[in-house]
Formats: sequence, structure tokens, C-alpha cells
Amino acid sequence: MGNKQTIFTDEQLDAYQVRLHGRYHELAPHLVPMDYTTEPDCKIPLALIVNMPELKENPFRNRIVESFSEDGMGNLSFNEFVDMFSVLSETAPRELKAIYAFKIYDFNVDNFLCKEDLEKTLNRLTKEELTPEEVDLVCEKTIEEADLDGDSKLSFADFENMITRAPDFLSTFHIRI
Amino acid sequence: MPPKRKNSSIIQVEDVGMDVDAEFDSGSEDEARRKRIQNRRAKSQRKAKLTIEEEEDEDEDEDKAPRGRGRRKRPKPIDSDQDEEDEDKGKRQTATRRGRTTSKKKSDKEDSNDESGKEKGSRRQTRGKAASKTQKEEQNKDKKENAKGKVEESKDKKNKKGNSSSDSHNSDSENEEDQLSEGEIEALKEQVEEKKKLIATLRNKPWRMKKRLIILKEAQEFVEKFEGALGKGKGRKLYAFKIMMAKKFIKFKRDFENFKTACIPWERKIKEVESHFGSSVASYFLFLRWMYGLNLILFGLMFGLVVLPEVMMGLPYGSIPRKTVPRAEQETAMDYSVLFDFGGYAKYSFMFYGYYNNERTVGVLKFRLPLSYLLTGVGIFGYSLMVVIRMMARNSNEGGDGGDEGQFTFSWKMFTSWDFLIGNPETADNKYASITTSFKESIVDEQENQKDENIHLRRFLRVLANFMILCCLGGSGYLIYFVVKRSQDFAKLDPRSLTWFQKNEVEFVMSLLGLVCPPLFETIAELEDYHPRIALKWQLGRIFALFLGNLYTFLFALFDEVNAKMLDEKAVKNATEWAYQEYYANYSSFHNTTDVPPLNIPPADVVRGPCWETAVGIEFVKLTVSDVQVTFLTILVGDFARAVIVRFLNYCWCWDLEAGFPSYAEFDISGNVLGLVFNQGMIWMGVFYAPGLMGVNVLRLLTSMYFQCWAVMSSNVPHERVFKASRSNNFYMALLLLVLFLSLLPVIYSIMTLPPSFDCGPFSGQDRMYDVVLETISRDLPAFIGNILTYASNPGLIMPAILLMVLAIYYLNTVSKGYQQANTDLKKKMQMARDEEKNRRNNKDSTNQMMKDLEDLLPDKSLFKPQVQEKPPTDAAPEKGSKPTKMKPGTAGVNLHKEVSLASPNPRGPVSRGPGPRGGPPGNAMGPQPGPGRGRGRGRGAPPPRR
Repeated sequence: MGNKQTIFTDEQLDAYQVRLHGRYHELAPHLVPMDYTTEPDCKIPLALIVNMPELKENPFRNRIVESFSEDGMGNLSFNEFVDMFSVLSETAPRELKAIYAFKIYDFNVDNFLCKEDLEKTLNRLTKEELTPEEVDLVCEKTIEEADLDGDSKLSFADFENMITRAPDFLSTFHIRI
Repeated sequence: MPPKRKNSSIIQVEDVGMDVDAEFDSGSEDEARRKRIQNRRAKSQRKAKLTIEEEEDEDEDEDKAPRGRGRRKRPKPIDSDQDEEDEDKGKRQTATRRGRTTSKKKSDKEDSNDESGKEKGSRRQTRGKAASKTQKEEQNKDKKENAKGKVEESKDKKNKKGNSSSDSHNSDSENEEDQLSEGEIEALKEQVEEKKKLIATLRNKPWRMKKRLIILKEAQEFVEKFEGALGKGKGRKLYAFKIMMAKKFIKFKRDFENFKTACIPWERKIKEVESHFGSSVASYFLFLRWMYGLNLILFGLMFGLVVLPEVMMGLPYGSIPRKTVPRAEQETAMDYSVLFDFGGYAKYSFMFYGYYNNERTVGVLKFRLPLSYLLTGVGIFGYSLMVVIRMMARNSNEGGDGGDEGQFTFSWKMFTSWDFLIGNPETADNKYASITTSFKESIVDEQENQKDENIHLRRFLRVLANFMILCCLGGSGYLIYFVVKRSQDFAKLDPRSLTWFQKNEVEFVMSLLGLVCPPLFETIAELEDYHPRIALKWQLGRIFALFLGNLYTFLFALFDEVNAKMLDEKAVKNATEWAYQEYYANYSSFHNTTDVPPLNIPPADVVRGPCWETAVGIEFVKLTVSDVQVTFLTILVGDFARAVIVRFLNYCWCWDLEAGFPSYAEFDISGNVLGLVFNQGMIWMGVFYAPGLMGVNVLRLLTSMYFQCWAVMSSNVPHERVFKASRSNNFYMALLLLVLFLSLLPVIYSIMTLPPSFDCGPFSGQDRMYDVVLETISRDLPAFIGNILTYASNPGLIMPAILLMVLAIYYLNTVSKGYQQANTDLKKKMQMARDEEKNRRNNKDSTNQMMKDLEDLLPDKSLFKPQVQEKPPTDAAPEKGSKPTKMKPGTAGVNLHKEVSLASPNPRGPVSRGPGPRGGPPGNAMGPQPGPGRGRGRGRGAPPPRR
């Protein structure tokens, strides 16, 4: 079983990277060299990545890129780029996806989903079409539903507990490239 | 001397190994790693501590790397040991195997020499560490059972061994040596397995790619080197192929799913409507689609079994009177106005009952058309009944399983509703709309729950509303009855003396009621203040009751007509028979022969009866067509024209048309659903007399699907309170079932009791329509079946059968009630368990307040003052997630990390309390002090007694 996995990861990773590198290169041909054997240290800024067709329509595109970048500003090296798409791939396990989903929804990077985060999430989801009262109600209900430890914000444990039961989390948190 | 002692100690450890493992489980390598991963996870989320994380990661890398290498280094010394021993003894069970291993390991060793300088540095570090550990080990040799991880011990073991061999001490006993290497291989295997597991789960670790790559490379190298040694690692190509095929298969399955979805008709249209107008409006379209499917099947049955055989194999048009337009009508038979009223050629076509011949069999296939006609007509009812009931059963099944549903409505909507796959702006817009709509739906539900109510006022208003509506219904029912009675009186008078109003009174009153009542009901229903979903059901039920009056008048009029026609027919029949007899008599007396040739009249000139079946069929088809016209016109004028006016006149109007009075129309769910249901009732009733009606209806449904979809999207606005449709649209189905039953009655009645026309239709010449069946039974089936059927129709048998059925229904009903009860109980239990869990994990003041009060009532609590010291860790517990596990690995460490971080306050309880009594008495001197501290400490942090 382990052996299987070795080959699997190996080959798949190889294929993935070749294809992904094409995409990566496309984004900023002047920044990214084609030759990666020398492991150059280059990064693509957020503005360019966000314009990929896969991310363009996503209301959380900035957050996605930011949570995968090491500097938190949204500049992605190739490794992080691969990272992003591997987490968002179909085969990534639920736990991993949950971790990054949490990071994405955590707008203010305080490791908790507080009301402020939820409001931002909701406004992005609905293009701010709900009235403030409705937003308030929804956020309160969300916290009430998922908050298990009663600190009126969602920790990762709360989030994971909730998200692992969601029927369509796996199918929606997924980007094909 | 020293080595020997060490070895003995090792043996000792190994002997007690299991115990040690059990006792200090958390100290084992696995556990340590898991915890590290946990930490890392926790840390990686704290970006603020990024630097720390990196440092630690590096540390861990170093930790890990040397561990592997340390083992890789090991073999060499053993090697020498073994060689010597081999030479000495030359008899070892595992000699060959080990020989292989060692040779490989040698080469490995050489490989590892080539590794980078950094690693060398780290190795040096390890050596340093190892040395210090060895010293420690020697110091603590006697207290082996200390809380020392297995890892360290094994490391020490190896180091010691290295030392011993480098000292070229040969004094190890054979036995020990054997055991060591066995254990070593075991350890190696374990290591390899671990690495493999690491590789397998690497993709699941939330690490940065850079780090993953490094670890992956390391682990892969390790596995590759040692797998060979352990005799594994074959068939890579096959695996690769298998994996590739698996991938391909997954992709194929996905494509196939997509294809299947693409095959569902109008799925996209309906989804689009749903995203903008909510699931309640979409439920109408789903219902429409379902009806279309049902009608398509019925259409197939009717055409395949009745229409096609007659058209293909029966006599052609013009061959017999019933298939020919009478001479008097031929002038106008092709006129548009006549055709539009389904007269002329349409009347004498396969659309209607009268066209079908009463020959027992048609064509070379000997197809029994009359029998087929009857069975299809009845079978359509049977099939519809079955499908509707099955659909209802399935729907109620689906409705039942939502146990987990209510828990996370908003959270799931919030976090999983956006589909990250969306890359198309249009789809994205739709998705935004649908998410907004679904949130609004849930908000409506929630507000409904939160509404704080004055129950008495509400009840009074509801009773009042129902009373008013009942009055309305009763009034309109009486009105209809009165009008129908009057129209019967009018019918007896001379038609010329009546005014237009008197002639059309019934229709006028009916449409007036249909126009006035639904809005009136809606207005009255405002009083009730129901949730819109329930209000819709009430509205549907009330309008349905109103429309029943419609149905009643229609059927009433129809039966009047039928009766008149049958009288007419009798006269014609008598006249024809009389004419025939005259003809025969005249012919025989004139030609003086009994051999009379049949009368040779062209079919167009034959005298014929009115054929009431065709008349009924025409009535139904006309009704359906006019219904379509009215519906489409209403949509065009009421929705589209209104929308256009509101939209474009708004530029030059004195008030805001869009927000003010006319505004845009909302989609009228109840009206449309009822229209559909009653229309279907008409179809069911009429299809027996007009087989072509099915085709008309299929066309109607098809066009109305497109037309209404367009109309909704272009000229309607969503409801003010968008509400979620009930998960099963069983209410629509129930209405449909009722209508089906109601429409079944007249048809069955006519089949069983009314005599068919004598000169048209497949049953002409028979007393009753069902005689066809009896005839077939007696003539075509073997005699014993006829006998059986005769027995079966004996009342003595039928009564017990009915009784049995009633009993069965009663029994099944009881059983289903029992299941329902069990279901609700389980649901309640689940809810309670959830609440309890939540409460348990909840460290809110509200819950603790009570605990505090309770504890204050207990007398001997003053002894427990060390709680003050225990306070910090207890307080930290709920906040710092996995931290407590580190401090108390024995209790909680074994759990999954999630469990640990969540449930930690609980297992901690007894532990933190434990030292209390023990430490208490000695510190008793500080008696007065602990008072306040204790209160705080326990109040906030220690919930143990609760469980």
C-alpha cells in the first residue's frame, strides 16, 4: 500500500508540476524563468494570480491567495502555487481542505472566525444584497450553531466539527485546473 | 564490563517493553510525532508566530533526519560484530538474510557519506546529543521506568552498541545479539512503514510545499533503500498503471455524471429560475416538468396502443360513415373557424372516440382494438394513480431523513455554498443570486421561529379567517348551485327569448368567482399570519375547494348534454331501424325475394346519431385549448405588458411605477399549480373520449414550460418574502391525487353504466362498454379462466377480500405510526445529545454559576485550597487547545487531536482535583486564605463534578 502511494505521489506530482508550471509561467512570463533546475527565487504578486480564470469569479480570491502565500501579502512562489492547487484539488482530503478553508474565511488572521469575519464572508457571498439586520441575524445564527465552546467566535475545532458534516463541502471547495 | 551491564539493562527494558509502552504511551514515537504535527497545525495558523514556527520546523527536520541516519549508520558496526561472530560460530538462523541486509546497508552507508555538509552538521549534533543521553542513561540506569520515550531508549541502545563494537568488544552473548538484531529489523520495518505512511499522508499535511518536498525526498530515499532490504518493492509499473487507470475511471465517471445531468431536460432553466425566485417558484416548474414526463408516458401508451393501430391497420378515412364527414358538413369542413372548434375534418379524425371502428380485430396482427381501447383508457388511470402514489411515498421518505439538517443551516450556507469551480461570470452572477435567495429563505424561516406571539390573539384571528373563508366558499357554492338550477330552467324556454346574459350566466358567474375569490382569500389569509409556505398550502386548498364548484358545474352541464344526446340518438336509432325494416319489406315485396342486398349508400350520406362520446371529447379538447389561450394571454397581458408599461412609462409618469402602485407582477404559484392540476384532471377525464387530447396536452406543457420560464425571468419580480419550498412537494401531489380520483369517477361511471352510441366508436353495438372484456373472456380465453373470474366476482368472495384489505390498511397504518413515533423519539434524542455535548463543552458563566452555588453549599470545600495553584493551567485549558495534552499526556494524549483540544477541560477535571486533598492537609495552615481563591478557581476552571 505504501509502495503504491510512493509512485502515485511521485508521478502525479511530476505531471502536476509540469502542467502547473506552464500556467505559472503564463501569468508572468517576464518574471518566471522556464528553467527551474537552479531553483530561482521568484514570486508572482497577488494581482496577477487573482486574474486567473479559475479564480477570477471567486469572491474569496484574494483570501485564497493570501492564505497560501508565505508572507501573507499574496505573493506566491511556485511552490506555494502548487500548494494552492493541490489543496484545492479533488483528491485532497477533507481535513486539509478544512484547514485551508478556515484560513481563507479568517479575514483578520486572528485564528478565530469572529463576527467580523463572518460579516465579510456573507457580504462577499451575497454581493451585499442583504440588509444589515439580516446580516446580523445570519452571523449570530451561524455562531450560535457552530460555536461549541461558547466564546462567541468559531475556533478551528468548531469549524472543523461543522464542516466535516457538511454534505457538499468537498464538492464545492475544489478547483479544477 | 560496562557494555554488558548496558545490554542487560536493555534486555530488561525490552522485557518490560510492553508495560512501558502501555504506561507511557504518549512517550512513544508515534505519539510524539502526532503531537508535533498538532502543534505545527496549531502554529501554522498563527501567522504572527511565523518565525517561531520556522525555527521549530527546522529543529524537527533536524530531529527527524538524524534519526533516520542514525539507524542507517548503525549497520556497519553490527556488521563487524556479525562477521566476527559468523566466523566464530558459523551457525545462525538469520545469517543469509542478514548478510543481504548488511551488504545493502554498506552501500547505503557509502551513499550517505555523500550527503551534504549541512546534514553532516546535524549528524554531529545528534552525536553530541546521543553522547549526552548515554551519560544520562548511565546515571539513571536503575530507574528505567522513568518517563522516557521509547525513541530515546532505542537511540541509546544503538549508540551503545556502536560504542561497544567500535571498542571491538566481543563479549556480547550470542543470544542477546540475536535478539537485538531481530528487534532491530523489527524496528527497521516499523520505521519503513512509518515513512511509507508519512509519504502516503504527506499530501494531507498542512505544510508548505517546500518542506513537503524535502520530507518527501527523504522519506522516499529511506524507503527505497530499506524496502529492498526487507524484500519488498516490486511491481511498480503495475501499480503505476493501476493508478493511472483509476484516475481515468474517476474522470470518466465524472464526465458521465455531467452527461447525465445534461440529459435532464430544463435543468438549467429551472436552476436559473430557482436562483432568482427561490425554491418555491422553482417547485412549480419542477412539478410542471414532472407532469410533462407523466404525460409523455401516457401519450406513448395512448398512441402506441390505440391511435397508431387504428391509423395504420384500420380502415382508411372515407370508407365507413363514422370515418367520413357527412354531406351536409362537407362544405365547411375545412374552414378554419370550424376546424378551430374541432368540427369538420377534426371531428371525424382519429382525435376522437367516434372515429374508431368496432371490428374485433384489425390488421394482419389481429390486434383487438376495442379491447385495447378500453384497457388503455382504464390503464392510464391505473398508471397515473400508481405513479402519483409512488412519488408521494418517495417524497415523504426524502422528507424523513433530515436528522442532521437543522443543525448547521446557516453555517453550511455560509461556508460551503460558494462553488469554487465556478469560472464563468454569468454562472457566478446566478450563484450570487441563488445564495442571496437561499439566505433570505432561511432568514424568513428563522424570523418565523423567533416571532414572539400572542397566542390567543393569533388563534382568534385564525378562527375568524377560516370562518370568513368558509362563508365565502359556502356562498359561492350556493351561488353556483342557484345559477345552474336557473340555467336548467332557462334551457327549457325558447332560446330566442333569452338575453345574452341569461344564456351565459353560468360561465359569467364562474369566471367572476375565479377572479374575485383568490385575492379575497389571500387578503383574509393575511389575518392568519402563517409562514408563507403554510399560507401557500392553505391558499391552494381553499382555491381548490372553490374550483371544485367549477368542476361540478362543468360536469353537470356535460351530463345534461349527454342525456339529451342519448335521447336524440335513440330517436335516430329507431328511425334508422324502422327505415331499414321498411327497406327490407319493400325490397322483398317488390322483387319477391328474401335475398335482400345490403343498402348501398355512400358513407357521407348515411343517417347517423349524434355520437355523444365524440361530443364530450370535443368539449374537453375545447376546454383545454381555451385554457391554454387564457393562460398565455394572462401571462402576456398581466405580466409582460404590465412589466413593459411599468418599465418604460416610468420615465414619464407622476409617481414611481416600479415601487408604487402597479409595480411588477409576482409569480402566482398557487394559481399556476392549481391550473396545472385541474388541467390534468380535464385530460384524464377527456382522454377516454378523445385520444388525441394527450398530444394536445403534451404540446401545451412543452410550450408553457418555455413560455412561463421566459415570462418569469423577463417580467416577474421575486416574492417579497422568498420562502423555501417544502422539501417534498407532496401537497401538489395530494391535490393531483384528489383530482385524479375525482376525474376517475365520471369516466368509470360512463364505462360501466352508460350505453355507448350505436354507430360510432369501438364499442358500438354493445350494451355497455365493458362488455368487450366479457366477450374476450368468454371467446378468447380458455374456459377455466372464465370460471375462475366468475367465482372471483362472487360477492361472497369480494366481501371477505374487502374486509381483508381494510384490515391490512389498518395494520400498516398502525405500523407506520409506530415507526413515526420511533423516528421522532430518535430525533429528540439526537437533539438532546447534541445539546448536552454543547453544554458540556460550554464553559459559560451561566452554567457555571449554578455549579458554583452548588459547590458553595458543600461543607468541606475549604480543604481544597491548592486549587489556587492549579488555577493557571485549568484556565488555560479551554483556550489553548492542544496545550494541556502536552502537560498531561497520559490521560488525553491518546485521543485524536480534535478530541483533545475540545474535550480537554473534561479529562483534566479529575486530574487537577486529584492533588487537592493530598496536598490539602499539609497546607492547612493557610486555612483562611484559600476562600476567595478557591471560589474563583473552581468557578471558572474546573467543571468535573458536572458529569
